[in-house]
Amino acid sequence: MLEIKNLHASIGEKPILRGITLTVPDGQVHAIMGPNGSGKSTLSYVLSGHSDFTVTDGTAHFDGTDLLAMEPEARAQAGLFLAFQAPVELPGVGNANFLRTALNAVRKARGEPELDAAQFLKLARAEAKRLQMPDDMLKRNVNVGFSGGEKKRNEVLQMTMLQPKLAILDETDSGLDIDALKIVGDGVNALRSPGFSALVITHHQRLLDHIVPDAVHVLAHGRIVRSGGADLARALEAQGYAQVIAEAA
Amino acid sequence: MPAIAETLNTVQSVADNGYKWGFETDIEMEFAPRGLNTDIVRLISERKGEPAWLLEWRLAAFSAWQGMEEPVWALLNYPKIDYQDSYYYAAPKKKAGPASLDEVDPELLRMYEKLGIPVSERAILAGVEGAEARPPMAVDAVFDSVSVATTFRSTLAKSGVIFCPISEAVREHPELVRKYLGSVVPPTDNYFAALNSAVFTDGSFVFIPKGVTCPMELSTYFRINAKNTGQFERTLIVCEEGASVSYLEGCTAPMRDENQLHAAVVELVVLDDAKIKYSTVQNWYPGDAQGRGGIYNFVTKRGACRGARSKISWTQVETGSAITWKYPSCVLQGEGSVGEFYSVALTNNHQQADTGTKMIHIGKNTTSTIVSKGISAGHSNNTYRGLVRILPKAAGARNHTQCDSLLIGDLCGAHTVPYIECRNPGAKVEHEATTSKISEDQLFYCRQRGLSQEDAVGMIVNGFCREVLKELPMEFAVEAQKLLAVSLEGSVG
Ligand SMILES: Nc1ncnc2c1ncn2[C@@H]1O[C@H](COP(=O)(O)OP(=O)(O)OP(=O)(O)O)[C@@H](O)[C@H]1O
Ligand SMILES: [Mg+2]
Repeated sequence: MLEIKNLHASIGEKPILRGITLTVPDGQVHAIMGPNGSGKSTLSYVLSGHSDFTVTDGTAHFDGTDLLAMEPEARAQAGLFLAFQAPVELPGVGNANFLRTALNAVRKARGEPELDAAQFLKLARAEAKRLQMPDDMLKRNVNVGFSGGEKKRNEVLQMTMLQPKLAILDETDSGLDIDALKIVGDGVNALRSPGFSALVITHHQRLLDHIVPDAVHVLAHGRIVRSGGADLARALEAQGYAQVIAEAA
Repeated sequence: MPAIAETLNTVQSVADNGYKWGFETDIEMEFAPRGLNTDIVRLISERKGEPAWLLEWRLAAFSAWQGMEEPVWALLNYPKIDYQDSYYYAAPKKKAGPASLDEVDPELLRMYEKLGIPVSERAILAGVEGAEARPPMAVDAVFDSVSVATTFRSTLAKSGVIFCPISEAVREHPELVRKYLGSVVPPTDNYFAALNSAVFTDGSFVFIPKGVTCPMELSTYFRINAKNTGQFERTLIVCEEGASVSYLEGCTAPMRDENQLHAAVVELVVLDDAKIKYSTVQNWYPGDAQGRGGIYNFVTKRGACRGARSKISWTQVETGSAITWKYPSCVLQGEGSVGEFYSVALTNNHQQADTGTKMIHIGKNTTSTIVSKGISAGHSNNTYRGLVRILPKAAGARNHTQCDSLLIGDLCGAHTVPYIECRNPGAKVEHEATTSKISEDQLFYCRQRGLSQEDAVGMIVNGFCREVLKELPMEFAVEAQKLLAVSLEGSVG
């Protein structure tokens, strides 16, 4: 599904990712942890094609195609979804309209017929209900005036609607209340299938109680310093990062 | 928005220049000699079969115009206009009315088609006898100097509504025209209004009698077609007590290297409890990417709220013209009358727009709302210029102004020039202004969800304009949204 080799990326002159190698096979969920500023969000931006970052070395392939050569929208249409750590507000743009436009762009790329307003609304309402989001969130403007937790839920709604092949969740759990955490976990678990993989960036074990990862990687100073199974996350929660980072140095 | 993508594709395939409406229609025309003098004014008046009073009115306007200076206070930069280099009268050659669509000049039909006028209305516009189906909109098409046809006249007449070319109204309803013409925008009001008063050739006249709600939306299409012609249309809309109407105006012009002059005057009058909603989608040819050609648009639009509780609402979406000089205004005379101005002005490439409004509060408890959204891209310049004047007797007057500018790229300019004159201490005047840019993060967010760069820009810009677009009648709003996206093509990335 996703194959990253020796990936280096900078912002301006400042190197941030310094040789990341990581493979996420089909159907697997990998967690990425690591201290603040270690490059987790940067990795998600580089994979999804944010123009602020320059790839200086290395490769990334998505289902065998060169991800880094694609425009951001082509990556999205190919099935890559990023749930943003800080979702962006779009004043004046209706949430339903935005979601429908996105869904139809993606469906079109997949060769599926576009949904008309009625078909879409039926689907979106059902999905919103499943995520226990109030109906009026579809009517409001994209993320404008949403609480922190509502923004995160809105990201999850978009993800479940767009049905990606590869989802990157960047701290989707932060800001969520206990019930929402479970709902989000269920949302991701519902997508789990041999054709779906995920990179779950988080600081907390509690999300991984709901979404049990196949592997856990620790990112520090732009490199993966340790990889392990689901138990690695529990160990880190107990010990902190210092020891792992020191061992790797 | 898939509609936008679709439009983008069509536009790319039909227009070399991004201006979808840039076709020229090959129709036999009759011209008056080039240039402007009293003979031309007389000729126009004579061609229209006008009464003596109107000829006098024109000649007075012409002589006033000769003594006036072209205004220079706007933030606009254009070479001096040679007023003697234009044609002031051009009309399609008249033939007897066609009996069916087959007999209509195919070029004329093709033009209507390209303008996007529905087939059923095309027949009516082309003057085909008996062709009156029932779509919900009556249309008056002004083609260069002459009003070609007005649809649904008989349906409207049943409710007492008059909707016809103003040249015809001069003949058929002289008492009404004489009473109201120039009563809101006097012939000497300003340089361009004086010019228009001297040489206006056609336009629409609307009269809604007491207590009548116009049964359908009324619409005018303006089109400049012939080379080097100026277009000077004159629109007059009167709503008597308790009457109301929604009026739409759309404009296009072919692509040309030289600039063409357009100087219209629109006058609105509302009596007690009457309402006019006037919506414009202005899409005159803006010139090419290097700033060659395009329409010079100098327009005077003003509404008089003469009656108590009367209301005038201007909504405009301005994406065209090389130069826009336009300030739709409301004179709020009647007690409790209401003026509204909702505007989107988009400039790209080398376009320049200096547009805004004037709200003159005369009566007690008058209120006005101004929402202006300016979008600048490319090398363009976009100025909002708005006057709110509260006169001493306007106790309890209120105004709220909101002026937002959106910049796309680093080479364009946005300016906000509010003038507030408040001579009643109890009045409340509020002004808010913001300037923002489309952020890289917003674009990226949209693209990460699968939208193309252009659709993303279209979506964000339409979001920015939402408060204005929602004031437009539904169908017009959809058109306007597409137009905004198309006009920004190539402005990002
Ligand atoms: N636009 C920018 N300009 C300068 N430095 C930046 C920019 N964006 C990110 N960085 C830097 O890159 C480094 C990695 O940031 P990143 O956001 O990827 O960290 P993170 O691992 O996601 O942290 P957190 O856990 O706090 O979310 C940080 O040192 C950050 O300050
Ligand atoms: Mg982060």
